[in-house]
Amino acid sequence: MSPLLDGAITVALVCHGLAMALILVRLLHGPAAQDRVLALDFLYINGMLVLLVLAIRYASSMYFEAALLIALLGFVSSAALAKFLLRGEVIE
Amino acid sequence: MRRLLPSPLLSLALFALWLALNHSMAPGHLIMAALLAILMPILLAPLRPYPARIRHPLVLMRLILTVGHDVILSNLSVGWGVLRSHRCMPRGAFVRIPLELRSPAALAALSTITTVVPGTVWCELMLDRSSLLLHVFDLDDEAEFIAHFKSRYERPLKEIFE
Amino acid sequence: MSEMSWWVEAGVALLLVASGLFTLTGAVGLVRLNDYFQRMHPPALAYTFGAWCITLASILYFSMQEQQLVLHPWVIIMLLSITVPITTILLARAALFRRRQVQRLGKALMSPGE
Repeated sequence: MSPLLDGAITVALVCHGLAMALILVRLLHGPAAQDRVLALDFLYINGMLVLLVLAIRYASSMYFEAALLIALLGFVSSAALAKFLLRGEVIE
Repeated sequence: MRRLLPSPLLSLALFALWLALNHSMAPGHLIMAALLAILMPILLAPLRPYPARIRHPLVLMRLILTVGHDVILSNLSVGWGVLRSHRCMPRGAFVRIPLELRSPAALAALSTITTVVPGTVWCELMLDRSSLLLHVFDLDDEAEFIAHFKSRYERPLKEIFE
Repeated sequence: MSEMSWWVEAGVALLLVASGLFTLTGAVGLVRLNDYFQRMHPPALAYTFGAWCITLASILYFSMQEQQLVLHPWVIIMLLSITVPITTILLARAALFRRRQVQRLGKALMSPGE
């Protein structure tokens, strides 16, 4: 792996890691429940993107299956959580 | 032919999806993909309320290009709006847009377009489908935005699906 | 593993950095903006640009590495473009519903005589 690609992968991983930390701030702080669900959804997609970067880093396409699984699980869980909010639980 | 492949586009997509998932072109995978492409649309037919027809493929291609262009532009503008939000907050607002589209397929396509473009989020469709509620990230002029939205997305969709 | 030409590596590197920067911008927006519906917009940066850039980068990289067209990552972007609108619309509707419920409750508390 050339130093150029290595540097770019490091930069991308650092950016995604920082983004995850910021999303965690919103997840833990988020005033309403829907903020937390939105942050969780974003966190799933971000984790998937990190896996795709790692697939390039280790030159292995096995990471794609994991990314696919994360995308599917993230979709189902955010849809279920949004539906739970929509059914109208008592306001906190 | 019509009985065997009620929705050729869906069959083609399933065929390609199976081959891409396995990433191989071995005969076994080809047979399995063909089986999936023929059986799935027939099994799913009771779940689809009615088949959507696509009329003008050329208009569809142009709409896809327009959406791609808008996604890139609005990505840049939303990113710029976020980065300078400590100086001036973007003026987000709800916009109510009167609709002429009625067909469910066209409305589904419109909702996908509005959520994929970062500057707009589809919030609600009135029960009688007469208007829709959008949230816009940075709204300049409401009337201008509505006219722009209708001419850019709604008219081609009306041509394609109705 | 075959040697890659420098322009392919430069393209992959550029796409990776662009995706990282766009995702970071989206996360900054998620934290900084002060209204819920405003906050729904920045994640779309990562869902569209971030995901597209990384997918293009991996298609380019693996195609060059294996000396054939690898379209496997394409499945992820297709899946994402189908599922993301559904969760976004559901979340927007849930937020709208909850906001209206709060307003109704507020009104009922303000005028108990009704």
